[in-house]
Amino acid sequence: MFNRGVRNILLTPFLIWAGLFIFVPLVCIVWYGVTDYDGNFSLVNMGLIFEHGYLDALELSIALALISTVICLLLAYPLCLILTERQRDNTTIISLLFILPLWMNSLLSTMAWQTILEGNGIINQLMRLLGLPDLQMINTPGAIVLGMVYNYLPYMVLPLYIALTKIDKRILEAARDLGANSWQTFVKVILPLTIPGAISGITMVFIPALTTFVISALLGGGKLLLIGNIIEQEFTFQYDWHVGCALSVILMIFIVLNMLLTAAFDKRDEEANGNA
Amino acid sequence: MNKFKILVLILVSCLTFGCGSGGNKEEQVVYVYSWGDYLNPEVLTLFEKETGIHVILDEFDTNESMYPRIAEGAVHYDVLCPSDYMIQKLISNDLIQPLDFTKLPDAKKNIGEDFFKQCETFDPGNKYSVPYCWGTVGIIYDKTKVTDPVDSWNILWNEKYAGQILMQDSARDALMIPLKLMGKSLNETDKEVLAQAQEMLIKQKPLVQAYVVDEVKDKLINSEAAMGVVFSGEAPIILKENPNMAFAIPKEGTNFWIDGWVITKDSQNIDNAHKFIDFMCRPDIAAKNFDHLGYSTPNTGARELVEDEELKNSPIAFPSSDVYSGQETYKYLGNQMDEYYNSLWMKVKVD
Repeated sequence: MFNRGVRNILLTPFLIWAGLFIFVPLVCIVWYGVTDYDGNFSLVNMGLIFEHGYLDALELSIALALISTVICLLLAYPLCLILTERQRDNTTIISLLFILPLWMNSLLSTMAWQTILEGNGIINQLMRLLGLPDLQMINTPGAIVLGMVYNYLPYMVLPLYIALTKIDKRILEAARDLGANSWQTFVKVILPLTIPGAISGITMVFIPALTTFVISALLGGGKLLLIGNIIEQEFTFQYDWHVGCALSVILMIFIVLNMLLTAAFDKRDEEANGNA
Repeated sequence: MNKFKILVLILVSCLTFGCGSGGNKEEQVVYVYSWGDYLNPEVLTLFEKETGIHVILDEFDTNESMYPRIAEGAVHYDVLCPSDYMIQKLISNDLIQPLDFTKLPDAKKNIGEDFFKQCETFDPGNKYSVPYCWGTVGIIYDKTKVTDPVDSWNILWNEKYAGQILMQDSARDALMIPLKLMGKSLNETDKEVLAQAQEMLIKQKPLVQAYVVDEVKDKLINSEAAMGVVFSGEAPIILKENPNMAFAIPKEGTNFWIDGWVITKDSQNIDNAHKFIDFMCRPDIAAKNFDHLGYSTPNTGARELVEDEELKNSPIAFPSSDVYSGQETYKYLGNQMDEYYNSLWMKVKVD
């Protein structure tokens, strides 16, 4: 499309950006992670993951992130199916409905959840009005999962919705003509065709949920520490960049694993589609 | 291509150095780095009007987040307002300089002897710092929910109040409480004693509703909890908003904390920094700051000038000397001990 010279010039800003703000920080993090205070190579800080119960925090983070991802997926599929069936030509309102909450700062909406879930919060006041006993909701793992689902659901809905709208309606009609019922159409046609969308949704929900520290700090009351909170505290309170970076590197390993797994899925899926 | 490179270079250098050359070199400035919302804005305007020195104020939320910015030398500040143990850490790492007290007549005249004496814990000889605010740590509780007398830290372990207790989310402040209960020093360095203190906090965890920092005020004003550990300076505000509350300092002892003004080692405006600190020690200025903050002031001339009657007569804001005499102040325990405290606290939170 462009000749080489023009292409290089157009590419330069991105390369500078990527170098300065992606590559250099990444090298710094890994460097700090594998060195000690004197700058010698050492894996002691990495080994800290096995101490102070940090592994429990990592397990809790993975568990909560997985649960929220599954809930997002289960909520998003029927929702997107209904949206595509009902409003094939009126898509702007729908996408707006999902993009609008993203315009509000997620910190603010999470703080709003805090006042909703608190002991004297909105839900409990409603419960009292109805003569029901109070619920203990804030500062529980459930509250953190709720915060994650609320914050990250749009990132699941949007790619799924786009994948669903891309399906040629004639394919669905063909499935019907050949005698498939709704369930069979969903499992044999819609599901395979939307897997790429679902996979990018899963990645976009799982990774921020795994690394968050704001949601757990606000809705967990400081009693439930996720790995993100520990990394944050290493940097701010302990002023220990080496441990903070070492834990970040370990977390990054999990993220890369997740991405490799989804990429493998994606590829297998493509091949399957290609053979079909 | 060469012309293109030169153009980029010019553009980049304009962007990076352009901002610097715009300022007027004649202008007098002082760079201040203090706690968030810790100065009355009116006071800063007055200072600028009287001295012609422009104040550039940045704010921090914890001593720990302030420290790296000073240690890395990323930004040059002249005046800082850290707490006791952090002042000692800055001294021991050679990051602040001795003050010239001949330039601080108001500080010598107005700041109470008691406070300078207490400062010797972390600043021997009173060479580096001038006290600005001080306070204690106590329990604030809801009189309608708490039926037992609140005079001991013990009440924070009372199972009757499970899920109704708010604790401070900071290693030193959290461990201080079990240490005091055991009759130990809040600057304890015996690892066995500290491990026992940690045990007590782990035992207490199921009763704790949340570990909080600044949110403690909102939660107590909204009656979210029956009791909470707070700094004395926060108490008058909570009492004013929620009349069901009362404040008590446990008999086992508490932390007598002091925040003080210091001047950084690499300060470029040493004279202006001294002027700023001395200005803060004027009784009328201290009174204005107190009106805005509600934190106790070590300034002996300030109480008379306080406008808010309620604060002026508050025994929490202006306690008698027996409330604080004999109480301990945090010391900097060295890097390794610091880390040990933090790791104990982290374990409590992860557990």
